Amino acid sequence: MREITYQEAVREAMSIEMRKNPDVFILGEDIGVYGGAFGVTRGMIEEFGSERVRNTPISESAIAGAAIGSALTGMRPILELQFSDFITIAMDQMVNQAAKLRYMYGGKGKVPMVLRTPGGSGTGAAAQHSQSLEAWMAHIPGLKVVQPSTAYDAKGLLKAAMDDENPVIFYEHKLLYQTKSQVPEKEYSIPLGKADIKREGADVTIVATSIMVHKALEAAKELAEEGIEVEVIDPRTLVPLDEETIVQSVMKTGRAVVVHEAVKRGGYGGEIASLIAESEAFDYLDAPIKRIGGLPVPIPYNPELEKAAVPSKEDIKHAVKETLQRV
Amino acid sequence: MDALSGYSVPKGIDKQKLIDLYKQMWLIRFFDEKVDEFFAKGMIHGTTHLCVGQEASAAGACAVLEERDKITSTHRGHGHCIAKGADVNKMMAELFGRETGYCKGKGGSMHIADVEKGNLGANGIVGGGIPLAVGSALTSHMKKLDYVTLCFFGDGASNEGSFHEALNLASIWKLPVVFICENNQYGMSGSVKEMTNIENIADRASSYGMPGVAVDGNDIVEVMNSVDEAVTRARAGHGPTIVEAKTYRWKGHSKSDAKKYRTREEEQEWKEQDPIKRFKELLIESDVFSEEHAEQLKSEAKQMIEDSVEFAKNSPMASKDNLLEDVYA
Repeated sequence: MREITYQEAVREAMSIEMRKNPDVFILGEDIGVYGGAFGVTRGMIEEFGSERVRNTPISESAIAGAAIGSALTGMRPILELQFSDFITIAMDQMVNQAAKLRYMYGGKGKVPMVLRTPGGSGTGAAAQHSQSLEAWMAHIPGLKVVQPSTAYDAKGLLKAAMDDENPVIFYEHKLLYQTKSQVPEKEYSIPLGKADIKREGADVTIVATSIMVHKALEAAKELAEEGIEVEVIDPRTLVPLDEETIVQSVMKTGRAVVVHEAVKRGGYGGEIASLIAESEAFDYLDAPIKRIGGLPVPIPYNPELEKAAVPSKEDIKHAVKETLQRV
Repeated sequence: MDALSGYSVPKGIDKQKLIDLYKQMWLIRFFDEKVDEFFAKGMIHGTTHLCVGQEASAAGACAVLEERDKITSTHRGHGHCIAKGADVNKMMAELFGRETGYCKGKGGSMHIADVEKGNLGANGIVGGGIPLAVGSALTSHMKKLDYVTLCFFGDGASNEGSFHEALNLASIWKLPVVFICENNQYGMSGSVKEMTNIENIADRASSYGMPGVAVDGNDIVEVMNSVDEAVTRARAGHGPTIVEAKTYRWKGHSKSDAKKYRTREEEQEWKEQDPIKRFKELLIESDVFSEEHAEQLKSEAKQMIEDSVEFAKNSPMASKDNLLEDVYA
């Protein structure tokens, strides 16, 4: 099977859908000839034209509202927000409008839209362009939240997101755009709410999201050399969340480490740790659940400080060993 | 100094000030060209936005300010910092991620601030600084501090809700703020012609009951005169003004910009309107300085930037020991 990048996988999923369904269109800042800040839409305006690849003014609230209104009236928009931090400028539209309209209208009307946006740190873009705010979104009833970690998952999850009748926030990680994996050329869909076991192991369960899946896999590989077999679970979607797969894994291993790049305080890791503690897996726990997340600090600019602000492979290895009392 | 060839100049702008401004424009240009060079070499991390070609709007607008006056800046803010009197050593050190930088290496290009000097900071959010400028003006008004706040923003930001909300508020409260739109014709790739449906961003002033004027943003004297009038108005308690400086950024939006959204011919046309060259010709024609003196000022500016690089390279890297310092919640 061919290998393509995460960025290409996202583009391919959109292109396949747009060729099939005239209701699907993209709007966002600089997505036209520029191809988007991270090049995701490169070549799309040439294929689909400026009506369906709509280059917008810098007006996050307006473009989010335009996407929501068009979805409510029969279109299936994909909104690209240039950086996930800018969701803060579209917050009223996403939280008070998109998430609630269907419910408020007594189940009448629907908002089938996808908000795609690059999140995370690692590019030196500093405090206002590097955040991971997915926990904010996951807190809002009415919004689905997706965080693909591989090219394969990105293509299949985006298809499911575009097919969904509800607003879906689709977080792409900037540092994953150029990572490759085997991706079928044909269309396929990965259901929202289905976790993926990225590595099997009997000793400790790591639940990791987005870029931390890769760091957890690297940590697992090194721990295997020390005789520690780690199971790495990628929930892939935070809302809906596949609780079953997580609980089953912890019942098997008896130990859980939860890791995400977002700030630990109030992060989604707290939700995952709680669901484990509230589940039948509780009786199987041989150690306290460990949570790892970003430090409570805006993302700093200096590259070494930037790395130090978010979890590292070493942090993950250390946490795993702590659950095994091997520190 | 009352007049240059064919121009009047604001009161208080003497011959020495004109000479200093000429050097300052080169300082801005050399700073950004140096940053561009180090970026290409991979020696500067992250992202940066250069204002090469736009030196007249930053230098001209800040020229008529007093020390106590304040500015808010944008993601393309190096020129504003320098024009408000920032130390280029501390600026360069910041871009190198050093402890001695304006933000101790934690902010980088997009967040340089110098609150003591009245620069309330560059901002990574388009339109993010506009309400902040109104807040600064509110302080001046309530405490009767008699300072004016210059709010720099771009053509793109005029389509943000923050712009419209902030202008209305500043207007109804008659606050001492001047909104300087540096219309450099493009957001990141969105042409102002595609993204707004009016000739001048300054025309939006009428919706908020304030004067708006569009000027040649590559003519530093014209910028000075119009901003001076707006600042005088603001100081006298007559409220805000929009001054739109029509200019052009010679470089791409940030790194990795293939500039597919504009033509090389258009770039060339604007380069022929080089604000530094125009100012030099005017000053020579008006007997403010000679060609030789102009060259000397340019060399001095170049040396200051070379020195700033040395300063930055010889400064300690930001330390991880201070990673959590200054977070206040």
